[in-house]
Amino acid sequence: MPKLELVELSKNFGNIQALKDVSLQVDDKEYVCILGPSGCGKSTLIRCVAGIEQPSSGEILIDGRSVEKTLIEDRQIGYVFQDIALFPHLTVQDNLAYGLTVRRTPSDQMRTVTNEMLDLINMRDRSKSYPKELSGGAQQKVAVGRAIATGAHLFLLDEPLGALDAIVRAELRYELRKLASDLGLTVIHVTHDQEEALSIADRIVIMKNGRIVEVGKPSEIYHYPRTLFTANFVGEANLLEGKIVRVDGERCTVDIAGHEFSASIVGKKVGRRAIVFVRPEFVHLTTPTEYGWKGKVKQVTFLGSLNRYVVETDDGIDIIVEVSTAEYSTGFGVDESVSLSLDDANMMTYDYPEEGVEKAISLE
Amino acid sequence: MSGADSRVDSSSTLTRLLLFLERVSANPGIIKAVYSIAVLFFLSIVITPAVAGIIAQMLSLSSLELNGVVLTRMERAVSWSFIIGLVVSTLDVLAGIPLAWVIVRKRGRWTTILDSLADIPFVVPTVALGFSILEFWSSPLGIAQLFGYSLVTPGSALIMLLHFAFSFPVIVRVMVGEFLNYRETYEVAARTLGASTFTAVRTVTFPILRPGILAAFLLALARSLSETGATIVVAGAFENGTVFISNARSAGLTSAVVVASLILIVTSLVVFALIKIIAPRIRITPLRVWPKFERKLGRPPVVAARDAASITIFLVFVLFPCLFIALPAILAVASGTGTEAIAGTGPWGAFWSSMLLSYTIAVVATVLNIISGLPMAILIARNRYGTRITRIVDVLVDLPIIVPSLALGVSLNFFWRNMGSLPEFWVIVLAHMTITYSYFVRAMTASIQEVQPELEDAAKTLGARPLRVFRRITLPLTKYALLSGAILVFTRSVDETGATSAVSKTLKTAPILLVSWIKGTVPVTPAERALGVGFLVVTSFLALVVLRLVAIRQPSRKVT
Amino acid sequence: MALLSFVNVTKRFGKILALDRLSIEVNDGDYLCILGPTGSGKTTLLKLMAGLLNPDEGTIYFDGKPVNEVNIQNRNAVYVPQRYALFPHLTVLENVAFGPLARGKPDSVALETASKTLDLVRLSSRAQALPNELSGGMQQRVALARGLASGARLLLLDEPLSAIDARLRLDLRHKIRDIVKESGLTAIHVTHDQDEAMSVGDEIMILRHGRIQDLGPPRRVYRKPAGISVANLFGGASFFEGIVENTVGETALISARGLIIQAPSRTLTLTSPVILGLRKERVRISRDEPDLDNVFRGEIRSVRYLGNSKEYLIRLSNGDSIASRQFADNKVGFKVRDQVSVSFRENDVMVFEYPVLGLSRELEVT
Repeated sequence: MPKLELVELSKNFGNIQALKDVSLQVDDKEYVCILGPSGCGKSTLIRCVAGIEQPSSGEILIDGRSVEKTLIEDRQIGYVFQDIALFPHLTVQDNLAYGLTVRRTPSDQMRTVTNEMLDLINMRDRSKSYPKELSGGAQQKVAVGRAIATGAHLFLLDEPLGALDAIVRAELRYELRKLASDLGLTVIHVTHDQEEALSIADRIVIMKNGRIVEVGKPSEIYHYPRTLFTANFVGEANLLEGKIVRVDGERCTVDIAGHEFSASIVGKKVGRRAIVFVRPEFVHLTTPTEYGWKGKVKQVTFLGSLNRYVVETDDGIDIIVEVSTAEYSTGFGVDESVSLSLDDANMMTYDYPEEGVEKAISLE
Repeated sequence: MSGADSRVDSSSTLTRLLLFLERVSANPGIIKAVYSIAVLFFLSIVITPAVAGIIAQMLSLSSLELNGVVLTRMERAVSWSFIIGLVVSTLDVLAGIPLAWVIVRKRGRWTTILDSLADIPFVVPTVALGFSILEFWSSPLGIAQLFGYSLVTPGSALIMLLHFAFSFPVIVRVMVGEFLNYRETYEVAARTLGASTFTAVRTVTFPILRPGILAAFLLALARSLSETGATIVVAGAFENGTVFISNARSAGLTSAVVVASLILIVTSLVVFALIKIIAPRIRITPLRVWPKFERKLGRPPVVAARDAASITIFLVFVLFPCLFIALPAILAVASGTGTEAIAGTGPWGAFWSSMLLSYTIAVVATVLNIISGLPMAILIARNRYGTRITRIVDVLVDLPIIVPSLALGVSLNFFWRNMGSLPEFWVIVLAHMTITYSYFVRAMTASIQEVQPELEDAAKTLGARPLRVFRRITLPLTKYALLSGAILVFTRSVDETGATSAVSKTLKTAPILLVSWIKGTVPVTPAERALGVGFLVVTSFLALVVLRLVAIRQPSRKVT
Repeated sequence: MALLSFVNVTKRFGKILALDRLSIEVNDGDYLCILGPTGSGKTTLLKLMAGLLNPDEGTIYFDGKPVNEVNIQNRNAVYVPQRYALFPHLTVLENVAFGPLARGKPDSVALETASKTLDLVRLSSRAQALPNELSGGMQQRVALARGLASGARLLLLDEPLSAIDARLRLDLRHKIRDIVKESGLTAIHVTHDQDEAMSVGDEIMILRHGRIQDLGPPRRVYRKPAGISVANLFGGASFFEGIVENTVGETALISARGLIIQAPSRTLTLTSPVILGLRKERVRISRDEPDLDNVFRGEIRSVRYLGNSKEYLIRLSNGDSIASRQFADNKVGFKVRDQVSVSFRENDVMVFEYPVLGLSRELEVT
C-alpha cells in the first residue's frame, strides 16, 4: 500500500486552476522531489496534502485512509515552510519541543526526545538561543528537527532551502537526505532547483501549469526526458529542428541542416518534422576536420570544472557545448573554427510541437 | 497618471520653483535645519509648556492650602481614576480582541459592515457619547423603558460604561491592524505540529502579538485617565481625578488643582513606564497545554457562541448606547426646535459661534500639526540621526498622550499666561496641538516605516533629490496615513474638553458649551440639549464618511 | 583614471565591523562580480559605492574626485536592490522615466528615453502595466531599464537573480551582462552563487568577513586561489591537513596522516604544516592504477548524481575523504563500497599555509 496517494486532485482559486487532476503515488520511505517553475502548483499540492488548503475535488489517501475530513493537527505530517516559521518567542529547545508540548507528553520523555533532536541537528550548544540569533541554515535545521520530534513519518518540505545561500543549500540538501534515510521517512520535497532535485531524489515529479508532466528517476528524467519541457527544464538542452529520414524500430535517422544523425525516438512519430534533443556535454569539439559539421565559436564561458561554448555552425544554428576542464586542453577561443560531433547514444527526437518550441518549453 | 505629471511639470513657473526647491533640498545643511526646527518646535511648543507649567505653578504657590477634607477627596479621586482606567482597559481588551478576530478572520459582507460600525464610537465626540450613554442607561427615555426603572444612575458605574464604550474602538482598530500584519504561517506551523486551533492561537499567536495587545491596552488606559467632558456629564456626585480637578477649579481651590494635576501626571508616567518595562519581560514559558479541553474550545459551536457573545457585547454596551442620541435628537427636531436652531435664536447664537470656533481651531491645529509633525515622523521612521536620538524623541512624542489632558491643560494654562499676552484663541490652538501631536506623528511614522527604504534608496541613486524622493515616492505611498492622521487630529481637536476647559476663559468651544448645557449651568430645554448634541454628532459623522471614502480609494499597491 | 576607487575604507555598524580597510579600483567598462556569503559585507559595499552610506574611515574617489564633493545624485551610480524596488504606484514606463525626470529633463525627452530603453529590454508591450502585474524576470528587466535610462555610468546590482527560479537564472544572467555591455556601462554584480559569478564576471572579487580575499579574472582565481576560503567559496575542493616531509627540486612531499602526496614546492619549509586542496574534476577514479604522480586506493562512500556529472566521495586509507567529479558519465559507473584508485597530477595540488584559526573555521560559510 503506498504511503500517500493522490487521486485526480484539483484545486481552484476563483478562476485560477492551480491543480488539474493530479494523480500520484508515493511509497513508504521514498524521497520524492516535485520540480517545476513558479506557479506550477507544487506548493498548492503539498498544502492540500497537509490540510492547509481544501482541494476542490479529488482524494487524498494517507496509509490507505482518506484524510478529507481530518484536520491539519490530526494528519501527523511533518511540514517545513519556505520562510522557516520558527516561533520567534521560543528558544531553540522550546521550538523543538513544541509538538510534544501540545500533546501533553510527560516531561522526562520530552527531555529525551528534545536532546535527541539537538544531537541530530548538532545544535546542543545553541539550545537556549532564539531563532533571530541563528543563521538561515541553522534555523532551517531547527525547523526540520521540530517536525521530526513529533514522530511523523510523512514529511512535506516547501522549498526548504530557498532562502539560503547557494553554497549552504548545496551542503544542507545532502544532510536533509541523510536524515530522511537514517530515520526511514517518506518525504515530498518541493523545489524549483533542478540540481537539488537531481542530486537527492529517488523520484522526480515534473509539474507545469497545475499538471504533472512526467515522473521518473533522476537519471531517467535527465537523460531520457519524455517531453521537450522536461528536457529543457531539467538542464541546458540543445533543441535542434530536423527532418526524419528513416525510421528503424526504436531509433531513426534524422537530418539536421544537411547532416545526418542517428537518434532514439520518443513518443509517436507523426510527421517528418522533429526536434532533436542533445545535452551540451554530449556535443564534442575538435579542430576543423574535412568532413565534419563545421562552425565558429561565438561565446566562451569559463565555469570552473567545465567550459561552456556557444558555437554557431556554418548553417547559422547555435549549439551549446560543455567540455570538462579535467583534461589539459587549453580549450577554444572566440572566433576559432571547430568541428562538431554529436554523441548518437545520447540523442532523442520528439514530434515537432504544435504550439511551437518556445511555447512548449516556456516556464509560464 | 503620467498625464497628470506632465500637466504639473509643464507649468513653467511651478516647475522652476519645484526644481529650485529640489536643489535646495539636496543641501545637507538645509535638511538638518528643517529637522532641527521641527525638533525645537516640538520641544518648545509641545513638551516644555506641559512640563514647565506645572513645575512653575507648584513653585509659585505661596502656601499649600490643602485642608484634610480636600486632601482625602483628592486622594480618593485620583485612585479611582486609576482603578477605573485599569479595570475598563482590561475589559476592553478582553471584549475587543474577539471582535477584531471576527472582523479579520471571517472576511465577508457582514464583517466589513461590522468593521465600519466598530469605528462609530471613535468618531462620535465624547461629549455626545457621554450624553447618549447618560440617556441610554439612566434617563426615562432609554433602557429604563424596558425595565421600568433606570438601570444605572450617574456615578462610577456609569463612568465605567462610558469609558468602556469609547476605548473599545481603539482596541479593535489596533488589534485589527495587528492581526492583518500577522504572519498566519506561524499558526499553521503550530497546527502541523499537532496543536488544535485554540492551542495554536493561545501558545503562538497571542504571545507574538503581545506588544500590540499591550500597546492597545495602554492607549485605552490613556484615554480613560484623560477624558474630562463626558465624564463630568455622567459622573453625578462621584469624583474621579478629572472630575475632581474640574470641580476644584470651579470652586477656586487653586492649590488643590495644581497638586492634583501634578499627582495625576506623575502617577500616569510611572504607571505607563512600569507597564511598558515590566509587561514585555514576563516570561510565558514553560508551556502547559490541555489538549482535549482546548480542542473542544476550538469546535464550531463554541466558536460561534464566542463570536455571538462578542458581537452582542459590542452592540449592547457600545453601539446602541452611542447611537442612542439619535432618538432624542429626532424628537427634538419633530417638536420644532430645529427651526429655532437654524434661525440662531436664543441659546443657538452661542451654539453656532462655538461650533465655528471649534472647527476653526481644529483646522488650524491640524495644519500646524501636519507641517511640524511630518519632519518628526520621517526622523523617527528613518532613524535619521542615530538610534539614540530616535529613541529619545520616540518616548517624548508619547508624553502628551500619557498625561491626562486636563492636567496638561492646567500646566499649559499657567505656562502661557505667564509667557506674556498670547491671545486666548492661540493658547487653545497650542493646547490642542500639544494633545493631538502624537496621533499624527504616530500614524505617519508607522506608515513611513512600511515604505521599504529600498524604494527611497533606488530613487536617490536615480538622481532624485530629497524633495523629489519625498514628493514622488514617500508621499504617494503614505497618502492614506497622512489623511487619516489628519482626520484623527481634526476629530480629536473637535472632541477636546479637558485641556480646553483649563485654558479657556471667555471662549467656549462646542463641547465645552454642550457640557454646560447638559449639566444645566446654562439653562436649556431637553430638546435643545438633544439637538445640540445631535448637530455635533452629524458633523463628526461626515468626517468618518470622508475617512471611509479615502480608505476605499487606496488600493494595495505593494509589490511583493 | 579609475571610475571608482576605494582607499582603505572601513565601515562599522555599532560593534560589527562590516568592511575592513577595503581598497578597490573599478575601471570604466568593467563587469565586476562580487562573490561572498550572507553577512560578508556585499550590500554594505554597494551602498557605500552608491553613496547611501558613508565610510567611517578611508576615502572613496569618483572619477578621481573625493566623494564628499560629489553627492549621491551626481554620481550616476544606480543602486538596484535585491527585490528591484520598483515604485509600486507608478507604471512601468513611469518607473523607467523616473531617472531622466529627476535630473530635470523635460517630459518629452524623458518619456522618449524611457520608451527606447524599454525596447532594449523588450518590454515595450508592458509599458502601462503596474509592477505587481509582472513576473519576477520581467520586474528584473524593468529595474535594469530604469537604471539604464537614468544615464547612469555605474550599475550596482545587489543579488539581481536571487529572487528568480533556478532554471530562469541560467538564461537571464547572460542577458543582464549583454544589456550592460551593449550600453557601454560599468557594472558591479553582487551574488552568493559561484556559477553565476564565474559565468558573467570579467573579474571576480571574493569578499568574506568584510575583507577582500581575492580579486582577478575567473580563470586565475579558480586555478590559483589566494587562500583556502577562496578555493572553498569559488569552485569547492577537497582539503587535507599535512606536514612537509621533504622537498626534492620542484616537488614537495607532504605527509597527510600517513599518505605521501606530491605537490609543487613553493618555498616550503620542512616540517611546516600545510593545507592541500584539490579541485573535484582534477581527481580521477578508476579500477586500475594509472601512471600519475599521485595514486591512492580508496573505497567509495557516496555517489551524488548531478545530471551532467556524478560526484563520488572516496574514503582513503588514512581516513581522509576526497571528492571526484566525473563529467558526462552516462554509464553506470561506480557504486558505493567499490574499491577504486584515486589519482591526480602533482601540478593540480593547491598548497596553502596552515590557517591561524584552523581549517574548519576557514571553511565556514556563515
